[in-house]
Amino acid sequence: MQNQAKNLIDKLGIDARLLGMIGALVVIWVVFGYFTGGRFLSPRNFFNVSVQTASVAVMATGMVFVIVTRNIDLSVGSMLGFIGMTVAALQVQVLPDVLGLGHGMIWIIAAVAAILMGAILGAFQGWIIGYLTVPAFIVTLGGFLIYRGAMWWVTQGQTQAPLDPTFRLLGGGAEGTLGETLSWAFGVFAAVAAVGLMLLSRRRKSAHGFAIKPVWAEAALMVIAAGLILCFVWIMNSYPIPKGAMRRIAAAEGIELTDGLVWYHGVAIPVLILLVVTVGMTIVAQRTRFGRYIYATGGNPEAAELSGINTRMLTVKVFALMGALTGIASIIASARLNAVDVGLGTLDELRVIAAAVIGGTALSGGFGTIYGAVIGALIMQSLQSGMASVGVDAPLQNIVVGFVLVFAVWVDIVYRRRAGI
Amino acid sequence: MDKKTPLVDMRDIHISFGGIRAVDHVSVDLYPGEVVGLLGHNGAGKSTLIKILSGAYAADGGEIYINGEKATINNPRDARSYNIETIYQTLALADNLDAASNLFLGRELVTGLGTVDDDAMEAEARKIMGRLNPNFKKFAEPVSALSGGQRQSVAIARAVYFNAKILIMDEPTAALGPHETQMVSELIQQLKAEGIGIFLISHDIHDVMELCDRASVMKNGKLVGTVDVKDVTDDDLLGMIILGKRPGEDTPVV
Ligand SMILES: Nc1ncnc2c1ncn2[C@@H]1O[C@H](COP(=O)(O)OP(=O)(O)OP(=O)(O)O)[C@@H](O)[C@H]1O
Ligand SMILES: [Mg+2]
Repeated sequence: MQNQAKNLIDKLGIDARLLGMIGALVVIWVVFGYFTGGRFLSPRNFFNVSVQTASVAVMATGMVFVIVTRNIDLSVGSMLGFIGMTVAALQVQVLPDVLGLGHGMIWIIAAVAAILMGAILGAFQGWIIGYLTVPAFIVTLGGFLIYRGAMWWVTQGQTQAPLDPTFRLLGGGAEGTLGETLSWAFGVFAAVAAVGLMLLSRRRKSAHGFAIKPVWAEAALMVIAAGLILCFVWIMNSYPIPKGAMRRIAAAEGIELTDGLVWYHGVAIPVLILLVVTVGMTIVAQRTRFGRYIYATGGNPEAAELSGINTRMLTVKVFALMGALTGIASIIASARLNAVDVGLGTLDELRVIAAAVIGGTALSGGFGTIYGAVIGALIMQSLQSGMASVGVDAPLQNIVVGFVLVFAVWVDIVYRRRAGI
Repeated sequence: MDKKTPLVDMRDIHISFGGIRAVDHVSVDLYPGEVVGLLGHNGAGKSTLIKILSGAYAADGGEIYINGEKATINNPRDARSYNIETIYQTLALADNLDAASNLFLGRELVTGLGTVDDDAMEAEARKIMGRLNPNFKKFAEPVSALSGGQRQSVAIARAVYFNAKILIMDEPTAALGPHETQMVSELIQQLKAEGIGIFLISHDIHDVMELCDRASVMKNGKLVGTVDVKDVTDDDLLGMIILGKRPGEDTPVV
């Protein structure tokens, strides 16, 4: 029986670690679903968890590269706060005076500023690490303190709110979604793209005469992939928008509300951003030279150097990318709360590192996947939301998450030893 | 053989690490189609000398001439641009990547879109490994899952694949079995016949006598001397390595 299952997994060619993580996720969902009388498995909860995961997950994809190159970034939570505060002040205090309140360019300028600011701060840290060879742990520990302090100076500690209405859509909420129709269109597009890519890869492999999976296995994987995507869209499209928000939207768009009318959320914009980042970062990791050099450097820095890879510049780029992703995460986090106070992003660095590590990124460098980190973030958020919804108080939540983190890494170490990698 | 312009001419090379003079004003040269053995005890400075040629270290002083022209080699990329390929003693493989990724590291094959073409690289890797080590089958695993000899085959394949004109082999057969060692010997003969110049570092006097045209011996970072292999015996070479004495002379030069 066990052999048969193993055989099946081999034939399908799925990574055992991926299966393990999905298994853990399903267990968490089922357990909390049971203890909340199904409330945890409602479309509403899935929608909320997906939105709450986005910010940390976006940063976790960048943390994978940082950790794969044998570095660490402890500054992302503070950097998120610093960027969030600066960009909030920009759209609350500066841009309305220059462009006029509610000007259509405000959100674009704010978003670009956030990403640029992150990239520059990250590149600077990367330069100190790569060229001045100060250990990443120290440089980013310094950044952790500096950004948190700098954040206060931006507004003398004043909370900035409310943010630009368009900018706010990037954080989700009733308005910040694709809506029903667009969500379906997106789902169909994503499903077709996934199946298309699998077909393409199969054709390339057989053109080179390599072994390919049996037709049934490939077909099963395609059905599963497309099914999961459409299922996700279906769940998001089953969460009705509350009456109050509907009235607000209808008023804003000048639509007459009739009694029986129901609108549904659909896929939230931050989740869409996360999906785009995940696909983009996966392509970078697996299909670009830059990605290849990241893994090579993590596996053997000396060998990478001897192969002509400029590992110092690579460090700068990796940290710049981490910073840019922190900028994106900061947009999502501040837009979701529609306000930035001095606590924004506190402890996020630990959540991000934990997500990457739970997702199978090895702190010794060289190993880690983007999808793993995203699932890791989802596992952490599910645990936390689940515990909150059954009334576990915050200190105990932290204790549980702490244990889970250590346990997950131990399982990973055992798995690696067994698999001989 | 055109004895006029050497393929490689390293003149008066020196480098120190802290207080240690790892290479102390050493000059060696190499002609096309020639195999020059580099010999010496452990820590004599052989690897350090060739790492200067391969761009891994920058020399404190001295000059390198390639085909008679002064060459500037500041990093491994420069060396590769002079068609210098190196099999390092440590093999310099990224353990977490598979054989094909290591073979093409720094010189990946790309698709029309500019993305790395793993399938094409694997196909090429299969071809070259089929020539060098037909028993090699582990293309999907990271190289950490390979045996010492298999790893060495990957490192050798990487050096030969890219049409080297100058090949540096730092103890290339240290981990190989007798059959594989024999295949490397044949490979060296074949490359030599193609006009490639080879620096071969080895502790095996027998190998050196069989494969090399000349041998340069180092001791404590200094060059003891360079001899034509056909003019000397095993014992002459041993004397140079251990005692630092040139054949026919009584007093050590180093
Ligand atoms: N990166 C380095 N930093 C400091 N010292 C070094 C470094 N590389 C080599 N050395 C020193 O330089 C000397 C020469 O070392 P090298 O590796 O060239 O010896 P070798 O002749 O290749 O020896 P072996 O036969 O053991 O490979 C040694 O004393 C070594 O300790
Ligand atoms: Mg050596």
